[in-house]
Amino acid sequence: MTANLAAILYLIAGVCFIMALRGLSSPASARAGNIFGIAGMAIAVGTTLALPGVEDYLWIVIGIAVGGSVGIVIALKIQMTAMPQLVAAFHSLVGLAAVLVAASALLAPEVFHIAVDGDIRLISRIEMSIGMVIGAMTFTGSIIAFLKLQELMTGAPLVFPGQRLFNLLVALGIVALAIIFCFDQSPMIFWIMTAVALVFGVLIIIPIGGADMPVVISMLNSYSGWAAAGIGFTLDNTVLIIVGALVGSSGAILSYIMCKGMNRSFISVILGGFGGEDSKAVKSDKPHKAGSADDGAFILSNAGSVIIVPGYGMAVAQAQHAVREMVEELHKKGVKVRYAIHPVAGRMPGHMNVLLAEANVPYDDVFELDEINSDLSSTDVAFVIGANDVVNPVAKTDPQSVIAGMPILDVENAKTVLFVKRSLSPGYAGIDNPVFYNPNTMMLFGDAKKMVEAIVKAI
Amino acid sequence: MEHVLEIHPLIIAVTVFVMAVFVGYYVVWSVTPALHTPLMSVTNAISSVIIVGALLAAAPMEGNLAKILGGIAVGLASVNIFGGFAVTQRMLQMYKKK
Repeated sequence: MTANLAAILYLIAGVCFIMALRGLSSPASARAGNIFGIAGMAIAVGTTLALPGVEDYLWIVIGIAVGGSVGIVIALKIQMTAMPQLVAAFHSLVGLAAVLVAASALLAPEVFHIAVDGDIRLISRIEMSIGMVIGAMTFTGSIIAFLKLQELMTGAPLVFPGQRLFNLLVALGIVALAIIFCFDQSPMIFWIMTAVALVFGVLIIIPIGGADMPVVISMLNSYSGWAAAGIGFTLDNTVLIIVGALVGSSGAILSYIMCKGMNRSFISVILGGFGGEDSKAVKSDKPHKAGSADDGAFILSNAGSVIIVPGYGMAVAQAQHAVREMVEELHKKGVKVRYAIHPVAGRMPGHMNVLLAEANVPYDDVFELDEINSDLSSTDVAFVIGANDVVNPVAKTDPQSVIAGMPILDVENAKTVLFVKRSLSPGYAGIDNPVFYNPNTMMLFGDAKKMVEAIVKAI
Repeated sequence: MEHVLEIHPLIIAVTVFVMAVFVGYYVVWSVTPALHTPLMSVTNAISSVIIVGALLAAAPMEGNLAKILGGIAVGLASVNIFGGFAVTQRMLQMYKKK
């Protein structure tokens, strides 16, 4: 295989990857998109294996067979509620792979044609430093994100005095080491730089609280892309550069969308220290209306239109299948039912949509906040299940509130609001929700799954 | 004067990179929010195209540390490639119309 032919094939692979993302513009074309992605990967791997210099296939075959089997088993077994952890774990592998490739390039530069008489070209030293540092940060940062999401580690932000200054000094230290490495190509400096970058990955994620994890996962997604691009520059490989740029911008856009969904600035998320603190139980004696499953069933069956607002609490209670059953019963009675999804309803971008799809909810019944928010005022019943902060009007009325400015679903505009909840306790952000005490609100206290099952029976 | 006309490979690489960032920006904004989780899992799978570097490192006949690291990287990237595409496919199969 000539270098020119390889470059053309890599370009085709890059186009396949673009088509893979393009396919995701609608659920109808998404599966074809995924096939494009697989094809692109096959072309990229096949082309590489046909390059001159690829002589020993043994380790490659073992690596692909073992890694591939592990990957498939995980992919088939993973629960959809655990997708955020899985994605975080996968990001860490991309990061580690980037570090290992950069290290191999340092140890055997002739394999990658980046050295003249054993001296690695200056530009390649810069590129491999960038790829390695971002890869190392992605690796350890994603592990911390994984531990927090898997609740193996506290979701509370870990802060210590002088943290920001310390992190800044560590970052400057990495830059200094990179500059020294670029001058003298010392492997020792490279290893020290790797170690510091690994520690830095931990340092930047520990101060970020559990509530901000959707942003963190998106951000690490972006980092894994930039790491791939850095390695792509080192190897002068177009498909890696294209993919790195695609993934990097994708993660950045998702971070932006998540930040906007919480009205938080990206900088304040990164600086950390927000969310995850124990909510001070705001004991409230204000009068509220509580109802039974029968009351809920009566109101729902007599409604003309219903909008369901699910939150992560619904998924935790595994109530999504019961909700879908309830909706089917309501359909039989001629009630129009739709779902309204807040951008941060789940633990990662689009998480709630996947959880509903898993429960066989058709995607054309599911609407985004912008699409459906104005319809709430003309709806008979808003059925809020496992959500709280995302329907809290305090975000609009109290500029001092921690959720001030966050876009919310205006459920209080519906004729009746049904709130399925364990108690009147506040949500993630630790603030009371005035909708609980509105005269048109009925609280349905209980476990989400049991309550909905009881409603199904009563209908 | 001929050397003046030669373009440094880095410039070409940067050109590709900048163009791809723009393509990525517009393509990703066109992704429907309902598919943001599959978007993340598929970008995860395709970013493992970093395997091309790992393959080259693991490929030479003579065994040394670089080759070992390359072999490990092939395994790690493979977990992601197979796992990422499989879990994406699994999710996409759940999305059904009425």
